[in-house]
Amino acid sequence: MADLKARIAKRCAKHFEDGDFINLGIGLPTMVADYLPEDVIITCHSENGFAGIDILADQDTLDVNIINSGGQYVTALPRAKFFDTAESFGLVRGGHVKATVLGAMEVAENGDLANWIVPGKKVAGMGGAMDLCVGCPEVIITMLHTQKGAHKIKKECTLPLTAEKCVTDIITEMAVMKVTDEGIVVTELHPDYTKEEVQEATGVELIWSPDLKPYDET
Amino acid sequence: MFNKIVTADEAVAGVQDGMTIMVGGFLGTGSPEVLMDALVRKGVKHLTVIGNDGGLAEGQPAGEFAGKTPRGIGKLLENHMVDHVIMSHVGVNPRLNEQFADGSLKYTLVPQGTLAEKIRAAAYGLGGVLTPVGLGTPMETDLDELGRKKDVMEIDGKKYLFERPLHADYSFIRASLADEFGNYMCSKATRNFNIVMAGASDHTVIAAEKLVPVGQEDPDIWQVAGVLVESVVEGEPAWQI
Repeated sequence: MADLKARIAKRCAKHFEDGDFINLGIGLPTMVADYLPEDVIITCHSENGFAGIDILADQDTLDVNIINSGGQYVTALPRAKFFDTAESFGLVRGGHVKATVLGAMEVAENGDLANWIVPGKKVAGMGGAMDLCVGCPEVIITMLHTQKGAHKIKKECTLPLTAEKCVTDIITEMAVMKVTDEGIVVTELHPDYTKEEVQEATGVELIWSPDLKPYDET
Repeated sequence: MFNKIVTADEAVAGVQDGMTIMVGGFLGTGSPEVLMDALVRKGVKHLTVIGNDGGLAEGQPAGEFAGKTPRGIGKLLENHMVDHVIMSHVGVNPRLNEQFADGSLKYTLVPQGTLAEKIRAAAYGLGGVLTPVGLGTPMETDLDELGRKKDVMEIDGKKYLFERPLHADYSFIRASLADEFGNYMCSKATRNFNIVMAGASDHTVIAAEKLVPVGQEDPDIWQVAGVLVESVVEGEPAWQI
């Protein structure tokens, strides 16, 4: 399982280009930072208050005034800029944060996303997830393809939405997919799985790219 | 003579049962601890509290470090002083879900960026804000914090949710450095809601980690104007891990 999550994080890291300003969610998305190529400059947004997260702080680098959005003490890059919540989310809604990487409970064929609440369960709240999904031009979902075999990619979401028609890319252990007006297009297939297996693990009819490539694990 | 400097107990003396307060901080970082302690001493009840989250509970880890005492709004929750929270995140401090479950606490969720803008609208004279955030979600259909239906407005062919200003009786803010006139700055990631909450309430109170006489610092460093601040409290401790 840990290996599969690392595979997804590693593949997601290849998505970004030199100069990108992105936001990584909590959990698997945070692992993407470990695999960002060293020859490109990527700036990560921490929605609680700055652009330019570096790494987790240790006893020597600890600054009690710098946490990430998960409440962990982190360090800031020399190019970091601190800001308040209004400016932080102005950057998000204004489309200036190019991409957000998040997990999902359900993704619909049209890009609808549900990842913040299960009615009747403990309430966590959306935090900044709704703002990020609406504001960021690219919403990249990194997740295991199914929930212990149950479909997560579906015709329609059954849970309350985080945002409508927002997901642009889905990266799982099985495949890399794009959400298009025609439907969900598979662009890369992992060699451990057949097309039939991926289709079976998915609740919508997948479209196979004519240019289908093997999953990039380099 | 004109003087804003008071003790923490004097600063909260006017807070009455049933009032609405807003408190800065993000998971405890940047929360005005001396003001929360003073509210606990005063023992005020039935508050409506606006903030990003519920701070930290007693003994709850702050990041990877164990917190010895509750932080921020966590102090009010620990003492059952709150009837209603208006927040973007209620999952970290376990007291919140416990009190939702026993029926003693009600919640209204607001997306984080929208929460900041609703507060800013109250501080800076806007009738509300139009945001695309929340369309097609429960934010569109749920009633707002005062039980009002939200309107969807179409402007130049694009849909927006109309969100009303969020005003309170008191704003409680933590400043890293302030002068005696109330001009202040918040260091690094302690800014969070401590900037927009100034002036969004009838009374704005800041608790300063360091307080200096007027004129000692270059005025260029201040992030928020002292004219928005009614009371200044000295002696906010540096964050202890």
